[in-house]
Amino acid sequence: MPTTYTLISSNVLSSSAESVTFSAIPATYTDLVLRASVRTSASGAFSSLGIVINGNVGTVYSWRGLGGSGSVSYSNWYSGQNAGDVSYGVGDTATANTYNSLEIYIPSYTVARNKPFSSITVQENNATAAYTLARAQLFSSTAAITSIQITESSGNNLLATSSFYLYGISNA
Amino acid sequence: MPTTYEKIATTTLSSATSNITFNSIPATYTDLRIVWVYKAVSAGNTAFLQFNSDTASNYSYTTLYGTGSAGGSQRSTNNTGAYLVSYAEAPTSEWQLQTIDIFSYAGSTFKTLLNTYSGDTNGGGFISRGVNLWRSTSAITSVALKFDAGGNMPSGSTATLYGILKA
Repeated sequence: MPTTYTLISSNVLSSSAESVTFSAIPATYTDLVLRASVRTSASGAFSSLGIVINGNVGTVYSWRGLGGSGSVSYSNWYSGQNAGDVSYGVGDTATANTYNSLEIYIPSYTVARNKPFSSITVQENNATAAYTLARAQLFSSTAAITSIQITESSGNNLLATSSFYLYGISNA
Repeated sequence: MPTTYEKIATTTLSSATSNITFNSIPATYTDLRIVWVYKAVSAGNTAFLQFNSDTASNYSYTTLYGTGSAGGSQRSTNNTGAYLVSYAEAPTSEWQLQTIDIFSYAGSTFKTLLNTYSGDTNGGGFISRGVNLWRSTSAITSVALKFDAGGNMPSGSTATLYGILKA
């Protein structure tokens, strides 16, 4: 029986970094899952996280979100963006030792059609507003996905001990 | 170490078809997971599923959704299938991602499933996270993915059924 759920690569930061990139992603799987736990140098309890696929910074990203802060729920949408948004990460003034949990699911990542994918981030800090945010995302490109980059959207750093794991799921 | 996440079956449509059905699902796993990528050929179709060919009014749901301008929650009872996207129609323009987690599918209690829908269409779309209940004590042996109005999915639509094992 072939292995269905396989770790492709991981990166646990030993020092701060502007971004984390998974490159040379093999085309041998069916779906991709990226799981991460992120804290950033941004001032505040939370910070925005972006995703760039295949180094494509054209206006090919759009999404529709559903979020809650503990006091309000909301839905928003954006189109024609230069990066996808997988917010929120935890900012550097949030409660110590708190990180977000992020999961990105990309089905059929090698199929030659636009790529829908989902993301969900959760955070909690036992102090102030924290967000749960699910998003329906669309990468309007027919190219097979070969790289994924995660950044802090305002140019802050991803802090040491943030962790990123990329898995491949095979239906072969 | 035993394998805990296994593909049971997968289907990719080679022509427009009204359903993707997984039959003869073995009872050897603990939970099931379905990953379904699809769109609709024509408007007016909402994704749902039926277990074991049960078309009686044995399904109900509660969902949390976002339209892009507002979030909300909705529930509905005594449906003839498990609605996976609340009331939103499946778009014809872009591919959508639906995941379905079915817990303790072989047990003798009613069955609960967690369904997530991610459907952005670059200026339109819908997102939802919901729960469905199937009021049956039968083990699940088949799952039919389809539209409530009977419309077709186009060629290229794909669904994979995974089994998750705790043993």
